[in-house]
Amino acid sequence: MVGLEHYLTVSAALLVIGIFGIFLNRKNVIVILMSIELMLLAVNINLVAFSSFLGDLTGQVFTLFVLTVAAAEAAIGLAILVTFFRNRGTIDVEDVNVMKG
Amino acid sequence: MSVADVAFYCFAVPAVFAALMVVTQRNMVHAVLWLILVFLSSAGMFVLLGAEFVAMLLVIVYVGAVAVLFLFVVMMLDVDFEALKSEMVRYVPVAALIGIVILLQLSMGIGAWVTAEGAPAMRQAVTPDPSQIENSRALGLLIYDKYLYLFQTAGLILLVAMVGAILLTLRERRDVKRQNVLAQMWRDPAKAMELKDVKPGQGL
Repeated sequence: MVGLEHYLTVSAALLVIGIFGIFLNRKNVIVILMSIELMLLAVNINLVAFSSFLGDLTGQVFTLFVLTVAAAEAAIGLAILVTFFRNRGTIDVEDVNVMKG
Repeated sequence: MSVADVAFYCFAVPAVFAALMVVTQRNMVHAVLWLILVFLSSAGMFVLLGAEFVAMLLVIVYVGAVAVLFLFVVMMLDVDFEALKSEMVRYVPVAALIGIVILLQLSMGIGAWVTAEGAPAMRQAVTPDPSQIENSRALGLLIYDKYLYLFQTAGLILLVAMVGAILLTLRERRDVKRQNVLAQMWRDPAKAMELKDVKPGQGL
């Protein structure tokens, strides 16, 4: 019987893979953004799993808001990425040092 | 193992595997396609949990909008991804170490986790019986009633994000001639053309 722990395990695995991806691809902003999406998805799985097993719909409402923020973050992040690429010709994070004193 | 258990593993294993492929893939287009698989598998898990509305939202918003946006950016930008990947091997040990440490901490938390005594009594919105009222209807009644202001704020966030994304990527190009509508409308036909009487042999 699949219980709450199974879903929490999948969610923990996705979160750790997201963190792993950020450390693994420190130069590539697109992969970092995708890793953040993975971590937000892990949060969503947690919320929906608890909501379902506790019988409380509020968790699913929260999932909706997390989804909204994730979509907004992806749009803004990719817009910044496109602008940065247009100005500098690269998406290497280590080149983002114009404002460094 | 019941059918629901088999279905769970059919969704969970591809989700985790595809997530691993997202972060280790060399080809960025493939990485985005693996990301779509992660989202679709998670949507399947949400259906198993009885959250159909959130599952469909995941398919529409994440796969239909966010992943396609990623794909669009990856294909539009002429980025040399191979140069960015060259130092990836260097970070594998430290990334794996941090990942394993966090995984151990989380597994300790999941292992020692118990439900509080009064948790079922503190539910804010008890899920109605699915045979009486379906998931999306119950969620809609909750969002448009109890969480209306939060819902409006979410819409505002999306509006601000949309305006910001357009403003950031809007580009004024100097080398392109554009139609100036106002100048066209305000044009005075009387002043548009001037007749001159040119004397022969003199010119202007």
